[in-house]
Amino acid sequence: MFASNPIADLATIIPLDVIQGYVILMFILVVGGTIFDMIHKKSAQYFFAKAKAAEASRTRELGAGDKIGIAASTVAVDMITSGEFCNPKRRVSHLFTMYGFILFLLTTIALVFAYPTQEAPGIVSQLWHLGAAMVMFGGYWFWFFIRVDVSAEGVPWHRIVKADLFILSLLGTTTFGLVWSILHSMGVAPWNTVFLALFIISATALFGGVYWSKFAHMFFKPAAAFNKRVIKADGSRENLPELGDLTDPELQKRFPDIPEYMGSNPPNMGLGIKREPPRHY
Amino acid sequence: MPTFVYMTRCDGCGHCVDICPSDIMHIDTTYRRAYNIEPSMCWECYSCVKACPQHAIDVRGYADFAPLGHSVRVDRDEEKGVIAWRIKSRNGEIDLNLLAPITTKPWGTAIPQLKDVPAPTQEQRDSQQLYNEPKYIRMDDGDVHTLKSNGLEMKKGVTY
Repeated sequence: MFASNPIADLATIIPLDVIQGYVILMFILVVGGTIFDMIHKKSAQYFFAKAKAAEASRTRELGAGDKIGIAASTVAVDMITSGEFCNPKRRVSHLFTMYGFILFLLTTIALVFAYPTQEAPGIVSQLWHLGAAMVMFGGYWFWFFIRVDVSAEGVPWHRIVKADLFILSLLGTTTFGLVWSILHSMGVAPWNTVFLALFIISATALFGGVYWSKFAHMFFKPAAAFNKRVIKADGSRENLPELGDLTDPELQKRFPDIPEYMGSNPPNMGLGIKREPPRHY
Repeated sequence: MPTFVYMTRCDGCGHCVDICPSDIMHIDTTYRRAYNIEPSMCWECYSCVKACPQHAIDVRGYADFAPLGHSVRVDRDEEKGVIAWRIKSRNGEIDLNLLAPITTKPWGTAIPQLKDVPAPTQEQRDSQQLYNEPKYIRMDDGDVHTLKSNGLEMKKGVTY
């Protein structure tokens, strides 16, 4: 069931050129939507204006090597392992959704453009199904339990707002795609056609709704994470104070309260208010 | 000036919503990021600014300690047990860094064990005074400390 290529079956009812044209159209919609989103929110303009303003507060100039190192750590920590999330559940759910989506997207492209027949390697089709299942696991966990509206604001899971366009269209695409594939392989008509229509509608909403949804976060979040590391490395720190090493005698001389009240080698005090996750109702 | 949130920094974790004594920090339903729903009710207590793990909330301090266009930013580090402030003037000429302890013992290790303390007597319960009041206002030293008993005088007008 999971080793059969759903796109090859689809190509028997819809011409392959139309399917390939649809995927290309979705790609164009994502690029266009991201550009319009950037112009509308003035995010690029904001970042450059901030960078220009921070120039005066720099304490050191960063070379190309430094920037490559920062980019590498941004990729390794913030992008690959979703290091931004403080909440471990949120982080695990995001990792499932992110890697599931990447797998689903890459295998869809492979199935549509490279292997549009039943002779496609079984592993590609299996990964397509696995990608969809991973998105569903991470996404439904997020939708029912983790997202802030439900876990913190105490609103019911079925209340839908505009911010949900991305997650709902993503969940719709993967869920309806998976259900369609299963029903199709079992030969359950006409439900397979119904779910195929729902799959196409959700995918169009996901890729065509970039301007209105948070789809573009996958492009601007890495940029923000990179900027966050740059301001620490070049000393501008967005005017934030530097804590320094509390055991440093020079620092203790400047701030005599530290050795007087905390001793010359202050211990790790552990977590205070951050011991408890925020749960506000 | 009331608190405001840098949307590119906020990750919507909700620490500010939890800590705000006025309950005016909320999560935006469109962007799922924190924002101040009622700026006129913000008394600039800095609780959310200090609690934010992403340093995404900022406030402009009062004009009596920093002139217009300045920046006052804070970093409260629980594990180090210190708080750092940086006050910077608009032209950068004044760049003041301050550091102070916020705890002397690891968090949660110095909680008063009130169940082990003897309960107040009936006389103490019937009294107008609050629990431990004579001790904490130092009446046990003799009487309430006043300006007069300390050889001080009330000065008229604003004094610094």
